[in-house]
Amino acid sequence: MNHKMTRKPLVTIAAVAFFALPATTFASLGGNVGTVEADRAQMKAAQLRIIRTNAYTFHEMQSPAGVTIREYYGADGTVFGVSWQGPWPPDMRQLLGQYFERFQRANEASRTTRRARGVLVINDGTLVVQVAGRTRSFSGFAYAPGLLPAGVQPNVIR
Amino acid sequence: MLAAQAASSKCDRSSSSTTATNVLPVVVNAGPTNNALNQLFATVTFCVPGTTNCQTISGILVDTGSVGLRVLSSVLTPSLPQQTGAGGAPVVECLPFVDGFTWGPVKTADVKIAGETASGIPIQVIGLDQFPTIPSGCSSQGTSEETLSDLNANGILGVGLFNEDCGLGCALAGASNPGLYYTCPASGCVVTTQPVASQVQNPVSHFATDNNGVVIQLPTVATGGAASISGTLTFGIGTQSNNALGGAKIFTLDNNVNFATIFNGQTYTSSFIDSGSNGIFFLDSATTGLPACMNSTGFYCPAVLTPLSATQRGLNSVSNVVSFNAGNVDRVNATFSVLAEATGSNPGGFDWGLNFFYGRTVFTAIAGRSTPGGAGPFWAY
Repeated sequence: MNHKMTRKPLVTIAAVAFFALPATTFASLGGNVGTVEADRAQMKAAQLRIIRTNAYTFHEMQSPAGVTIREYYGADGTVFGVSWQGPWPPDMRQLLGQYFERFQRANEASRTTRRARGVLVINDGTLVVQVAGRTRSFSGFAYAPGLLPAGVQPNVIR
Repeated sequence: MLAAQAASSKCDRSSSSTTATNVLPVVVNAGPTNNALNQLFATVTFCVPGTTNCQTISGILVDTGSVGLRVLSSVLTPSLPQQTGAGGAPVVECLPFVDGFTWGPVKTADVKIAGETASGIPIQVIGLDQFPTIPSGCSSQGTSEETLSDLNANGILGVGLFNEDCGLGCALAGASNPGLYYTCPASGCVVTTQPVASQVQNPVSHFATDNNGVVIQLPTVATGGAASISGTLTFGIGTQSNNALGGAKIFTLDNNVNFATIFNGQTYTSSFIDSGSNGIFFLDSATTGLPACMNSTGFYCPAVLTPLSATQRGLNSVSNVVSFNAGNVDRVNATFSVLAEATGSNPGGFDWGLNFFYGRTVFTAIAGRSTPGGAGPFWAY
């Protein structure tokens, strides 16, 4: 958890989407590692570092707007999780890729229950998303449980 | 007749001295949707600038986690003037919240709260009635919150840590702009640069006095909950006898406007206090051993009331131990809107929501504003 201390003050990747990204298709979550580099290039994000463990690797990048994003992938190159921290949320459509519409549906469905407000918790079995924060300070992560490499616990995605 | 009026006026004056002009009564109750839990509501008056064409609206969420006044179009009657930007086109905002975004035009209002007035400030009118097409750059944030049932409130009174919602980032062109503000000519909405002073403003910053922050005071709530409670939202910090810091501990904040919370020997730096969160949200079931609720999404539901303790610590190393309980939110009386032991998950750290305010007097100081305890931003209690 202490890695959060190293993250920097920030602004959002959404800006990049607004200003620099036309209708390019991204598939970060569930996509292949190749899309990590595509994401980075399209966002004009700076590569901060690449961390490798035996079971998985993550790329950490920072958009010009200052959002720090991590994309986690296993040996087969499939992105199984993403995380972010910055003053505003990232472009969720870009980051969640093929899972974005599922995210929207689950979010709307959760509004029918007496639920936590001020944090967002989604877990429909196929997609897990957690978001916390407030004006000018957001953080969150998302992963697809079915894509977790063997032996990798979801709490590595932070 | 004259005598009677004078008497009544005198009577009003004496009653207003017991409720000072900087104090607004607030409630935690079921709210306009009749199902709220741990949501703090206030009543706010919206006026067409410079006129007596006003509307007083209750059920406005008091949110120290956001900045700026927002109201649902569906409950607002007066026709407020539309803010215009480049080429005279209307300005519309897309403001991200944790669980969605609010989309709607920026309009100008005189805002009256308790005895305070913020004249001619930009506010957001939430709704799709005037600008029904949400641009893709906004909808890519997730899910819109445009209706009463989405928002669970008639509006949001954002009295958080800043003078305006976005800041310099939205005023600058280029990739560093987060793209929250749009101009929407007939041809469609495009991201615009929005000067800081034209952004949706913290009303408190615009009061003539008592403009450096807010104080929220709420009573202690017994285990098991309550139907409703009443408290106060007081404007200003150290500006009057009723908003002095006294012996309150002051917690300064890091670059992400967070402080730290230490729990079971681990330090979580992405932690914060937020009246707009309806529980104390921290870590996850795997770390805490507290099971998630079956029905109340996002909350913990331990079988028995579970006492817990954590230490809050500011950037200035001021710290305080906070004791709290985790209870079973699914089992709370469905007619209760107040529950001190509402807790839930937030893997990044600790979100000290409204129930942290129960039994406390909590100060939220605005960035760059001076107080007797130093300049904001800070939290104190």
